[in-house]
Amino acid sequence: MNISYAWIRSLLPSLEATPQEIADTLAMQGAPVDEIVDIAGPLRDIRIARVVEASRHPNADRLNLCKVDAGDGQILQVVCGAPNVKSGGVYPFAAVGAHLPGDLVIRKSKIRGEESQGMLCSARELGLGKEHDGIMELPADSPIGGSLIDVLHLDDARIVVDVTPNRPDLLSHIGIARELGASYGIEPRLPPMHGEAGGRTGDTAKLGARAPTARAGDITVDIVATDLCPRYLGLIIRGVRVAPSPAWLSGPLRAIGLRPISNVVDATNFVLHELGQPLHAFDAKKAGTRIVVRRAADGERITTLDGIDRKLTADMLVIADANRPIAIAGVMGGAETEVDDDTTDILLECALFQPASVRATRRALGLSTDASYRFERGVDPDMMETALRRTAALIVACAGGVIDEVIANAGGDVPPRPPITLRLDRVERLLGVPFDRAAVTSLLSPLGYDVAGDAADAEVLSVRVPGHRTYDVTREVDLIEDIARRHGYDNFPDDLRAFRPTAVPDDAGAQLEDRLRTKLVGLRMLESRTLAFAPESQGDVPLMLPLSSAEGFLRNAITPSLLRRVESNYARGQRHIRMFEIGTAFISQGAGVAPTEERHLSALFTGGRASPHWTGDPPAFDLWDLRGFLDVIAGDLGLRVQQATTLPAWADPAAAWSLTREDGSIAGTGARVAAAAIDAPAWADTVFAVEVDITQTPARPAVQFRPLPAFPAVERDLALLVRHDMDAALVLATVQQSAGPLLETVFPFDVYRGKGVDEAMRSLAVRLRFRATDRTLTDEEVDRAVARVLNRLKEDHGIERRG
Amino acid sequence: MTDTLSEQLAALQAEAAAGVATIENADQLEALRIRMLGRKEGRLTDIMRAVGKLNPEERPTAGAAANKVKEAISALLDEKQAIFAGAVAAANRADLTLPGRTPWQGARHPVTIVVDQIYDVLKGLGFTRARGPEVETDWYNFTSLNTPLDHPAADMHDTFYLAPGLLLRSHTSPVQIRTMQNHQPPIRIVAPGTVFRRDPFDASHAPGFEQLEGLAVDEDISFVDLKATLAEFARRMFGSDTRVRFRPSFFPFTEPSAEVDVSCGVCGGKGCSACKGTGWLEIMGAGMVHPAVFEHVGYDPERVTGFAFGMGPGRIAMQLYGIPDIRLLYESDVRFLEQFSGAV
Repeated sequence: MNISYAWIRSLLPSLEATPQEIADTLAMQGAPVDEIVDIAGPLRDIRIARVVEASRHPNADRLNLCKVDAGDGQILQVVCGAPNVKSGGVYPFAAVGAHLPGDLVIRKSKIRGEESQGMLCSARELGLGKEHDGIMELPADSPIGGSLIDVLHLDDARIVVDVTPNRPDLLSHIGIARELGASYGIEPRLPPMHGEAGGRTGDTAKLGARAPTARAGDITVDIVATDLCPRYLGLIIRGVRVAPSPAWLSGPLRAIGLRPISNVVDATNFVLHELGQPLHAFDAKKAGTRIVVRRAADGERITTLDGIDRKLTADMLVIADANRPIAIAGVMGGAETEVDDDTTDILLECALFQPASVRATRRALGLSTDASYRFERGVDPDMMETALRRTAALIVACAGGVIDEVIANAGGDVPPRPPITLRLDRVERLLGVPFDRAAVTSLLSPLGYDVAGDAADAEVLSVRVPGHRTYDVTREVDLIEDIARRHGYDNFPDDLRAFRPTAVPDDAGAQLEDRLRTKLVGLRMLESRTLAFAPESQGDVPLMLPLSSAEGFLRNAITPSLLRRVESNYARGQRHIRMFEIGTAFISQGAGVAPTEERHLSALFTGGRASPHWTGDPPAFDLWDLRGFLDVIAGDLGLRVQQATTLPAWADPAAAWSLTREDGSIAGTGARVAAAAIDAPAWADTVFAVEVDITQTPARPAVQFRPLPAFPAVERDLALLVRHDMDAALVLATVQQSAGPLLETVFPFDVYRGKGVDEAMRSLAVRLRFRATDRTLTDEEVDRAVARVLNRLKEDHGIERRG
Repeated sequence: MTDTLSEQLAALQAEAAAGVATIENADQLEALRIRMLGRKEGRLTDIMRAVGKLNPEERPTAGAAANKVKEAISALLDEKQAIFAGAVAAANRADLTLPGRTPWQGARHPVTIVVDQIYDVLKGLGFTRARGPEVETDWYNFTSLNTPLDHPAADMHDTFYLAPGLLLRSHTSPVQIRTMQNHQPPIRIVAPGTVFRRDPFDASHAPGFEQLEGLAVDEDISFVDLKATLAEFARRMFGSDTRVRFRPSFFPFTEPSAEVDVSCGVCGGKGCSACKGTGWLEIMGAGMVHPAVFEHVGYDPERVTGFAFGMGPGRIAMQLYGIPDIRLLYESDVRFLEQFSGAV
């Protein structure tokens, strides 16, 4: 919400606070200020100038050569590219040396061979609007050489207030003034309008009785959809002359960043921003004589003021004449009944529309306006008549005309506001500090609340809510918030008290993930966080309206996300990468049904096992680093590393393992990343990855001490000739089965192929360690066991000892 | 002493000197030493033998002269030997100015570090962790949190929908609801988790980011407890001299609601780029649980009261570590991630 400092001061005449002080006060009352813009400062060099003569630039079709009178007795030559520059026109002018907003300084220049001694300015260049349809046209009677600030009433500051959705009352100058008035002890008042006495205001006192239908002269208004429009006030002004607004009306609008349009439209905008009540002016001659407030017919169309043809649906409220909609209620008027330069009679609408209906319509149409923004948050029903009268007075003052007749309608009542019961003990219980009746009254009254006592119980108050808080304050707690706010949050104590212990145990999944993170960081991995959005190939849960089609699904695995991050690291020349992520994977349970959410751990590594060094670069990670990593992870999670069965697309089947649970189900995969799954540069090393579902993990077995052996072990090394197609696991299992109880461990320590070994074979060297818990083994015992092993290997698998 | 002998000695000394001057390594030096002074074949040994055969009266003088030459040659050889030994020692010296072999280091993500720090502090204030799903119904995400979908407050978050009524949670507040549905007070929980909003990536927005929710509910919790707990949290989290400021604000599911600011740790409150010149950093939203929320979970708002708070660990990490762009948190650039190994 843009607020004009000067405007606020017109409502709080004795206010001394600076814009910054106002901002600080508002922040501590719940309406922080995003920005304070000094409007006058950057414009202090801008003067009013007349273009005495404009002619075509000799060397450029789109440029004009202007002779400019800036009021200092000489005629300057200025090159101007604006299409709207005219001989005799009056415009803002920045002479050589003048500063423009954005720290621009005007310099003498030559444009296509012609000297330019300054610049005629557009509203955009002056920071007074966004439009870029040419230079800003000023009234012909503006004082040549005068200051633009004075002429346009721009000696002002814009205060940009961040208004929360619960406070529509702060979307107006009177609302901000009320809030500030309560803080500074000043009562806001509406100043009389400029020239109000000069125009004929007509008899606005005679608002008609409330009835769904009312008539004024030849116009009737009929509210059909009384549920969506509880109240509709209309007023006809005949004989207006539509023209640009005087500066006292356009200045404040410019100060808050609005573009002045015409006296009639500006009057409605002025009152909208002053009182928060949206109004609309129809050209009464273009609209029919029978005005109906009704729901649209499905498929009915209207071209709105922004020139867009819109298709309506049956739940949208429109203002219509006998033939067609002439406005989308509370959102935007129609182009066909727009007030233009030829308009003489206007129908001025001041209505109350149901917030949810306006909101639904504005969302469906994707059309948010100053009016819809206020209606969907709630407009003060008590302000309607004041707003209508003030707008009418403004129009008559600026555009002349006579108020013909007033139409007043009420299909139903405005939202009822029964008084709210406020219990002082409840206030204390919630806020932790007692407030007595006098304190509550002094805090709430300045905001417009009417605080009364309950005769029966001194501890219970009855509070009437002012119209501008109708939608926000509906129950006791809303009043308690205002008490706390007005008391000042910083004025509450903050002494820590004892508390009862929580009944909720710490989440086991969070504890597991803590443990895994600690483990992985210890394994020298870097934790990564990627987002859950994925292309269709990597997810099966679609989003209705994704940010992009490449991110149209929720991922069903994390590794592909991490592989994309590996690629982006490659793109930055990073070769050594070790990353992991613990995150959510989404598994579809069917369209429209919440997917299953699994927590996954994904980890990958590529590049050197250690950082490069001048003694020689360490070797790159290989498959056996992955296998060891898997063993550690699996051990921690109570999983087994087994021969791969079902594999994800990123896994290379030639180098993959599955991680399985006790029941045999697959919890995850560890594999070399398939070449097709990653876009790697030629210098990149192989990538190894693991992804495992950690949603359900068995409780980790408690660590149990095993006694250290008291007797020495005996080791025997066997070099075995094993065919290439025979797994080492089979050999080791055979050893284990046949060696007898004295075998403590068996593990491979070398694999050799080449000279001295048959081409169909490899030499698998295994070390057998024997130990007894109660004695030192003799060679004979061990020899017997080894002989059994060799026998079994030969008989079962034809494995011979290497000679 | 015969002239011949003294000539021989002089010649030998000169030869030794010439030999020492030309040798290049320790082996040659040793060969020279043997050739000159060796016990069996050494040239000086030969001369000494000859001295032994001289007259008894000549012998002392000649012996002294031979010994003098022997010492001179030994000195020459020793000097050279010392030079060779020094060179060997220098070659074997470790140049300790060369860099060591640095092991890779692991690191938690900066957002995790902040989440862990926050939980660490809150654990000390009696909170435990709770979690909830990332896909929620609009009842959990909005309605139960006193945010009717037809109210503009629902616009505060632009939400990703999977299907009508089914969405990616836009805040961690649904965990409040789920916890209260499953437990009776006293409740003190903190719920970290990922949330989603339909904001395209830019320097300060991400479509998914981390949030952390807190909730305390019991029979006698007041606004003073909210202030006390969160101020204590801020001091333990950001340092004991941290100043804390509470400003009125609006959240549909709390009332009264507050924004909580802490004095900027970068400039100490004087105003800098980190705090945009205000001296304050906005770190969380908070408030007393709205009675309508209690009604939605079947709690009696006349019996229990409570407070809730929420913060963005990512934003706090950016403030703490001076990270200028939120995208850095999600790009997984290893040069970025490695910087946090020291923070573990």
